[in-house]
Amino acid sequence: MKLLIKNATICPGTGQSFPGSLLVENDRIAKVAPVEIKADGVDEILDARGMIVAPGFIDIHAHFRDPGFEYKEDIVSGLNAAAAGGFTAVCTMPNTSPVCDNIGVIEYQKKKAREEGNGVRLFPIGAATKGQKGETMAPIGELKEGGAVAVSDDGKPIQDSSLLLRLMQYASSFGIKYVAHAEDLYLSRGGQMNEGYFSTLYGLPGIPAVGEALSVARECLMAEYLGLPIHICHVSTKAACDIIAFFKTRGVKVTAETAPHYLLLTDEALGSYDPNTKVNPPLRSEEDRRAVIEALKNGTIDAIATDHAPHHERDKNLEFNAAASGMVGLETAVALTLKFVHEKQISLERFVEVFTAGYRMFGIEGGTLAEGSLADITLIDPSYTWTIDKNMFLSKGRNTPFHGFHVKGAVFRTIVAGKTIYTRPY
Amino acid sequence: MKHLLGIESLNRDQIMQILETAVSFEEINQRQIKKVPTLKGISVINFFAEPSTRTRMSFEVAEKRLSADTYNIAVAGSAITKGETLADTALNLQAMAPDCLVIRHAVSGTPHMLAQIMNCSVINAGDGFHEHPTQALLDAYTIKKRKGRLDGLKVALIGDIAHSRVARSNIHLLTKTGSQVVLAGPATMIPRGVEKLGVTVTYDPKEAVKEADVVMMLRIQEERESGLMYPDRREYARFFCLDEKLLSLARPDAIVMHPGPANRGVEIEDDIMDGDRSVILEQVANGVAVRMAVLYLLLGGSNA
Repeated sequence: MKLLIKNATICPGTGQSFPGSLLVENDRIAKVAPVEIKADGVDEILDARGMIVAPGFIDIHAHFRDPGFEYKEDIVSGLNAAAAGGFTAVCTMPNTSPVCDNIGVIEYQKKKAREEGNGVRLFPIGAATKGQKGETMAPIGELKEGGAVAVSDDGKPIQDSSLLLRLMQYASSFGIKYVAHAEDLYLSRGGQMNEGYFSTLYGLPGIPAVGEALSVARECLMAEYLGLPIHICHVSTKAACDIIAFFKTRGVKVTAETAPHYLLLTDEALGSYDPNTKVNPPLRSEEDRRAVIEALKNGTIDAIATDHAPHHERDKNLEFNAAASGMVGLETAVALTLKFVHEKQISLERFVEVFTAGYRMFGIEGGTLAEGSLADITLIDPSYTWTIDKNMFLSKGRNTPFHGFHVKGAVFRTIVAGKTIYTRPY
Repeated sequence: MKHLLGIESLNRDQIMQILETAVSFEEINQRQIKKVPTLKGISVINFFAEPSTRTRMSFEVAEKRLSADTYNIAVAGSAITKGETLADTALNLQAMAPDCLVIRHAVSGTPHMLAQIMNCSVINAGDGFHEHPTQALLDAYTIKKRKGRLDGLKVALIGDIAHSRVARSNIHLLTKTGSQVVLAGPATMIPRGVEKLGVTVTYDPKEAVKEADVVMMLRIQEERESGLMYPDRREYARFFCLDEKLLSLARPDAIVMHPGPANRGVEIEDDIMDGDRSVILEQVANGVAVRMAVLYLLLGGSNA
């Protein structure tokens, strides 16, 4: 199998993009060149004029709900949504039922992805503590053996600092790190949205932004004390950005992600009382939103993740306080983030970098177009304009606040190990 | 106007129209036979998913005096306790083709959600900490009756602003009509960013009450995480209770208001509550007329 992509803008993830062509042979990238490649016996020639060719994107933060909540999403539908969103690899969070705190769940997930999935590679993040209860460590060594790329209690973050310290140490003996959902559960108790003018106006219980910063500071201090790396999930506040930047200057190996909704929406959006605007961390103030964009530009934030959190309508269509938290993101992240490229706020190179940085963070093969590397490729048509329609999602989840948004730029084709697994049905 | 979900979305003219309409309904309430056929054949469901005496009774009285058919649901007796979602309950109520739903709910935004699900008019009878529009309207009606105007007044609003839907609706209404609203309470009870609503904030009730035309006290809401808001009732009363000394700072013709239910001796002293400057029971009386006006304008206004 030979695929020749020509007349493309090649954006290799590191370094400058350039006009050129790329040859895929079987599951590997055979050649990349700034000129037209001559090759014999090519099965398909793709004229990618106006298209961006990038290493396959990785989403380092998604919820696939499988096992346990397959009515919201399952591994097969989740992987299909990933492919439609341009992701060739996905890291999934452990809040399944049973919780992904044992090798049985990990093996089930990896096997289902391998045998029933579309080819997108699945990398489970194991639970840090048994049952995500924050009491005793999960069998982290065994989770690693089963294929976990990191450990996290995600939405139920460890509050006990002593346990956190020992757990980070323990995980480091197996070469994997703790991924922190930064939240002070005391401060966020009962909260429904960011605390501020809009929570006052809408009369919804507030979550003080300082809770995220407090937790980020604690996690970074732990990492510094132990000399270990740490990853911070979905950064949403200015204060958290400032703290991460501070620890980066101190040489702490802290990496951070944010999600497109923190770049585009603020707590003002909650005025609709649309449960699709309810997410954790909550949508923040305009000042926070601007700071997060700035942090993404200047490298304080390393990656974009989706925090894809599919829910069934019956978990959402409830009184606001009772509605589930979270929004889907896999199929909208690329288009929503491209807005900042079109606005020249971030370069095309930086855009590709933030969607591929996760490979290096978690030691996963990929994120490069170097000759001989795995042919995981995302093709993007940056100028195609379309309207986000939740009913067209391949995810089972329809919970997005972006339904009806007009966007520019779409995933055109997704290739995993040389095989096209998704083509946009224009 | 199809729904009444809050004061924030109303303009000054709409507010004044409701208040003017209420004048004629007040007259009905003073007749020997307090009933008119205005809403005959109109069905109104009063759905109270949170305890209420005054508001619930007031709506029912208003509806019956307009000859509407009224139906009451309390949560304990509804399907919600059997695990049915509110949306499903709403669809079932919708199937019975009511003309209006009056909803009280502990969660902000619930009336807005029901207004999207149901075809009938929805009246917000209090949602979470968000809004209580008919309370603000009856308060405005009472103020206007006593003071002759709604502009240029100094209104002191004292107590738990953070958890008060009454405060939010009153702030929206009184700032729209051109009065000065001064909030006072311990800092824990002043919600973040509230100044942006066009009010002045102080932690000193004396400053708020000074030269005020209206002193409105808010209830200490014991059910809302009160342990995080203030140490105890005794301490709260010592610094924030409206007594003769505090009230003496207001204008001599100032009126005292409270949306009820009041905690005597905590936010308001008995002699003030029962005193001649208190209009607390007038508020209740006016509430019926104002709610009749709202029901009339939403349900019968077009063909009247």
